[in-house]
Amino acid sequence: MKKSFFFCVFVWSFINTNAQECNYTFKGQITDFHDKTPIIGASVYIKNINKYAVSDDQGNFVINNLCKGKLIIEVQHIACETKLFSLTLNKNTFKKIVLEHHLKELNEVIVKGSSKTDQTSIEKSIKKTVLENFTDKSLGDALTTISGVSSLNTGNSIVKPMIHGLHSSRLLLINNNVRLFDQEWGDEHAPNIDINSSDRIDVIKGASSLKYGSDAIGGLILIKAKKYALLDSLFGKTIFSMNSNGYGGNVNTEIVKTYTSGHYAKLQMNYKVFGDFKTPDYYLTNTGINSKNASFRAGYNGFDKGYDIYYSFVQNEFGILKSSHIGNVNDLVLAINNTEPMIIEDFSYTIGYPKQRITHHLGKIELYKELEGLGKLSLQYDFQINRRKEFDLRRGDLSNTPVIDLRLFTTSIQPDLIISSFENLKLNIGLNGRYQQNNAMSGTGVRPLIPDFDKFDFGAYSIASYSLNENSEISMGLRYDYALIKAKKWYNRTDWQDIYNYDELFPEFETDIVDGIQILTKPEFSINNISASLGFVKKFENKFSLLLNYGLVNRVPNPSEFFSDGLHHSAARIELGSLTMTKETANKLIVSLEKKDVDFGFEISPYYKYISNFIQLIPTGIRTSIRGAFPVWEYQQTNAVIFGVDIDLNKKITNKLSYNGNFSVLKGTNTRDNIPLIHMPAANFSNSLAYFNEDLNQLSISLGQKTILQQKRYPNYNFYTFNSMIQENSFVDISSTPPTYSLFNFNASAVFRGFSGGDVKLELNVENLFNRKYREHLNRLRYFADEMGRNINLKIKINY
Amino acid sequence: MKTIIKMKTIKFLALLFISILTFSSCSNDDNESENEEELITDVIYTLTDGTSSIVMTYTDPDGQGGAVGTYTVVGTLSANSTYTGSIRLENSTENPVENVTEEIEEEKDEHEFFYGNTAGLTITKTDVDSNGYPVGLSTSIATGAAGSGTINIVLKHMPSKPNDGTAAGAGGSTDFDVTFNVTVQ
Repeated sequence: MKKSFFFCVFVWSFINTNAQECNYTFKGQITDFHDKTPIIGASVYIKNINKYAVSDDQGNFVINNLCKGKLIIEVQHIACETKLFSLTLNKNTFKKIVLEHHLKELNEVIVKGSSKTDQTSIEKSIKKTVLENFTDKSLGDALTTISGVSSLNTGNSIVKPMIHGLHSSRLLLINNNVRLFDQEWGDEHAPNIDINSSDRIDVIKGASSLKYGSDAIGGLILIKAKKYALLDSLFGKTIFSMNSNGYGGNVNTEIVKTYTSGHYAKLQMNYKVFGDFKTPDYYLTNTGINSKNASFRAGYNGFDKGYDIYYSFVQNEFGILKSSHIGNVNDLVLAINNTEPMIIEDFSYTIGYPKQRITHHLGKIELYKELEGLGKLSLQYDFQINRRKEFDLRRGDLSNTPVIDLRLFTTSIQPDLIISSFENLKLNIGLNGRYQQNNAMSGTGVRPLIPDFDKFDFGAYSIASYSLNENSEISMGLRYDYALIKAKKWYNRTDWQDIYNYDELFPEFETDIVDGIQILTKPEFSINNISASLGFVKKFENKFSLLLNYGLVNRVPNPSEFFSDGLHHSAARIELGSLTMTKETANKLIVSLEKKDVDFGFEISPYYKYISNFIQLIPTGIRTSIRGAFPVWEYQQTNAVIFGVDIDLNKKITNKLSYNGNFSVLKGTNTRDNIPLIHMPAANFSNSLAYFNEDLNQLSISLGQKTILQQKRYPNYNFYTFNSMIQENSFVDISSTPPTYSLFNFNASAVFRGFSGGDVKLELNVENLFNRKYREHLNRLRYFADEMGRNINLKIKINY
Repeated sequence: MKTIIKMKTIKFLALLFISILTFSSCSNDDNESENEEELITDVIYTLTDGTSSIVMTYTDPDGQGGAVGTYTVVGTLSANSTYTGSIRLENSTENPVENVTEEIEEEKDEHEFFYGNTAGLTITKTDVDSNGYPVGLSTSIATGAAGSGTINIVLKHMPSKPNDGTAAGAGGSTDFDVTFNVTVQ
């Protein structure tokens, strides 16, 4: 006893005095985060003493002869995200290290599993293979494959994504780490993104990622680029797509060059053309599309530093159904009462009026540096120029002049620091500065709906993620934002003084400049916001996990909510914003119970959102002018509650046969008036059965069904108006919703080995298989025409 | 390598800086208001039988929004008579006042006036477009027995032609829709 005591003391003093005695061993096993399989060939590098090891075929590694003290360890694998952590060694240590697959291997060898944007966030992804099916469609179309995501459409080509019934400036769209700014505030303005330029899209329903902004009341859509492995390679891909409906299609081609040094470059180009689409019964005259897109990316993906340069150009020209051009409320009544559009012409590729032509430039440069023992520091600069022209049917010399011509310029700078040197804690702090300038181009001959303005934004954020243990993690975020808006707008003097009473409310905005019936005003607003997020994830046995997200989100009213003031021709309504708008504040809670497994998996995710000062655009009355009567739609603030649930299910029936299904339902209530909220998506569900045979040319056959139930909960804003043309009152039914419909689609594809290492994939799709005639209540043109009929689509994908 | 990156970065940032300058410098361009073109502020419908005339005017000098328009009718129609009608459209927010009638005249094929009434009148369009379909810039009015009622005039842009002769049946978009009170003595 005594002996051993002495021995201990001896050892202790020995260690104490001889701290440099280096005979400790650090052992470990590296596994995949998702399926727990060992990762072979990962490098484990102890940065501060320059020692390293490589994991064996069991994922194990050993580093011997280590001294007591702090180790800074970096674990790398070609297909994974690099992990950096520190460890204090005072005994022989074994550590399980999990790596996330992040970098996909070259030539589309799909790595199992996918990384999440944030461990604690509730999110869903669309992979490249699925995105390719939407090569000639829009972003919004692809997103509706996700439960809880729907879309607000204008016709069939202008598709605005909606998460849990919320859209426009309540959704953040992040393209390649740049927040997209493209006049997203109008109902008929779709995001200007070429779906072909992205590699993956994540939809974050939860409240995380304060990094990108404070106003994601609906959610966040992250469009991600691919990370390339460090190999010397040149590869590309071309997709041709042809469609029977619209007699059009798309060709997309991309070519990538990578180097072992870490340099890479990618060029992608896309051209899309469609003529008039067709319902089961008639052509939708003037609904063609002409779209040209290109993107270029280059960069250096080094171990300790790197950069990424990205530029994208999008030009879209959308024809808008000719019959939807109407004059006043009587014309609207006529359109509603007619079962078919007033103008049906033969098929044509010509895009006449009305139409939209939008060009969008986006450029960014990102620099990063790994700071030893600290983490990653990055700096991003970006700019965007959006030019939107909307053409209407006009008289005389003005017929080629747009009614709306806006140019929005946005530039921002964002330094960001990720501190990952603590063992269980990851910190992300950053700043964001942004300047935005909207220019309502002169010469349209119409008082601009959105005026000239300058907007300055400043944000600071801090997000901490802490691993409580191997199975649970908690994250907390805080963000402060300041926004300053300086606008310049001409108001009709009578409106300014008598109708809006702004001369008493905002005398400080008035100037002395008066031009006839108009007065120049300079409204100015400054707004401060605090936003917060909380996330929690706990993983259980059998691949079960529970996630919980809470968010406090604030949104500054957008320019159309402040300044809209006048007739919106394409909608046959007068839209009025208000300078009295205040910020919207949302508390959102979303929970998700998941089992991620290919054999049987599911996800049940209920959510609840309380939004105070919720801004909605609703009909409030009638205003008569020389053109006749127009419904007046006003932006008004109320309190709203939106709650619902999204359910996803997947089951492997046999080795080759699998089932997928999802269901979404939500209830949105205007709690101030205790009536339903306008434009809320109806309950919907979808089922699909897929057969896949790897051995038989990767043959895949699937049959899908989607049902959208009739929205029975809608606010009744119907009204009567005196119709002077027929000398009687007519009923204007703008609220009633179309009936339930189900659509079926069929898909078959096979891959054939082609020339030197490349392959060719042939794919056949039939959408709206039974040529079903239907209307959708979230389509702004539902008063005028049916939706698209059957479409047969053939795709040829060539990988080389 | 480092220097190459640096050089590229600097060049790129310089380019961006220039682009910002260009964009910022062309802001704050105008303190001028955008005049509402294509606007019709005045509709003047004149009926004459050679000796007397009746003038119906709708005027809304501040255009869309603002104060509501006003109607004036000077003169009364005689029973069982025939009048020649002509319509004139103006935009008085322009200086000099713009004659919109001329534009309609030039684009006759794409426009049509529709005349409705509850005063026992028979209103016939007496002009045609290049395809031989009625336009309605000039009209002929036959009055019936004495009484009173309204005349409704609608101008449609892009109506379907030929049509059933009613504004309601013609589709298109409404450029104006005015209703005058008339008396037949």
